[in-house]
Amino acid sequence: MLKLEHVNKIYGERHALNDVNIAFPEHKTTVIVGPSGSGKSTLLRSLNLLERPENGLYHFDDLTLDFSKSIPEKNILSIRRQTGMVFQSFNLFPHLSVLKNVTEAPIHVLKQSTAAATSTAKDLLAQVGLADKADQFPTALSGGQQQRVAIARALAMKPKYLFFDEPTSALDPELEAGVLRVLLKLAQEHNSMIVVTHNMEFARGVADQIIFLEEGEILYSGDPKTFFTEPTERIHEFLSAMNFMVKA
Amino acid sequence: MSSSTWEIITSSLPQILTAAAKYTIPLTLISFVLGLLLALLTAMVRLSLLRGPFQIVRGIFWGYVWIFRSTPLLVQLFIVFFGLPNLGVQFSPWTAAIITFTLNVGAYSSETIRAAILSIPNGQWEAALTLGMTRRQVLFRIILPQAVRVSLPPLSNSFIGLVKDTSLASSITIVEMFTVGQQISAKTYEPLLLYSLVALVYLVICTVLTVLQGYLEKWTSRYVPTQH
Repeated sequence: MLKLEHVNKIYGERHALNDVNIAFPEHKTTVIVGPSGSGKSTLLRSLNLLERPENGLYHFDDLTLDFSKSIPEKNILSIRRQTGMVFQSFNLFPHLSVLKNVTEAPIHVLKQSTAAATSTAKDLLAQVGLADKADQFPTALSGGQQQRVAIARALAMKPKYLFFDEPTSALDPELEAGVLRVLLKLAQEHNSMIVVTHNMEFARGVADQIIFLEEGEILYSGDPKTFFTEPTERIHEFLSAMNFMVKA
Repeated sequence: MSSSTWEIITSSLPQILTAAAKYTIPLTLISFVLGLLLALLTAMVRLSLLRGPFQIVRGIFWGYVWIFRSTPLLVQLFIVFFGLPNLGVQFSPWTAAIITFTLNVGAYSSETIRAAILSIPNGQWEAALTLGMTRRQVLFRIILPQAVRVSLPPLSNSFIGLVKDTSLASSITIVEMFTVGQQISAKTYEPLLLYSLVALVYLVICTVLTVLQGYLEKWTSRYVPTQH
């Protein structure tokens, strides 16, 4: 179980996270939505310690970290080994083949044998529909294909949690569909997922829990049905701005 | 071409080439390899997250780069070979040359390597870190392999520059190519011919290196879509 308690992150004058209290249940999909600059990415990036909040508590299973104290390197590495991250801009390693992008961390972080890592990687690439691209370099792939490789790369670590930071925002609509299909399948297989997205249709389809952030504050967390069908005035305004038709 | 000119060429060329094989080429290769290692260490220290009292280490490396980039190579050679004996530190000409060339090329190349590391997008660090890699693993497995490609053209500049800079070793009594040319020219009164021959040998060595650079660039860019 992943949980934040009274977490604050301050950039200069701005409160990027303001007393955030939230739990991310296992085997469920939590979707984080909110206007640009509301702290969605900061929240997600705090969960794998790419961002370091000023204070608050961080719980991961039996491990508790206090953000106001220095965090031992071994705890950071352990958390990152158990969580996977998919970025908006893919961030594949351009100098490695598609296959080696996927096997790199299993071999060098988990110390798997090359044979075992390669076999797992080939299965994963087949699952995301890219079995035939294993030997190509990432630059030879479309954006949507690159993002599916990035998902396979994250899955290869068998993470407890999967984080997605606006995974389709950099993609054209026709490429977006392929990536969303993969995400939906992962959610249906009861992976523990946390997704930041601007796609409300997708959010409604996939979320078990939804979080609405504004100016670093959680204004809503819980059941997606209530969020979309009985929104507060502020949420209604946000959904309309996203061109999402609220059906009461 | 008169027969005596031809005779001078055939008799002096072997001597010049021998000097190249004995001094110019080994001096360049040894200094460049050591200089690259020093440059990598310097770049890593200067980019490190050392805190507290360890910051002094970063300061020391900053000072090293500052001094060796801001003083002439010839003066550095003289200080190491003729100056340091006053402090009781005496080097053979060969050792003094290796030390000075290594420190000099290391200072310049450290800036090349530092810039190449910084040119790799932050997303590469983040992607590798989120996979659980240590900073060292990220640097050596993800960042440096990409930085090699970026740093190849400027490092080739330093390498080719060093080939020619080794001629300065003549000033600390090393009988390298240039000195040999000088000696023969004094005997034959043919400075134009002799110095042109020396220049030609430098040209050939640097041409080989330029061709080699081309192949290396092609190989390290194999994952980059063709650019024109």
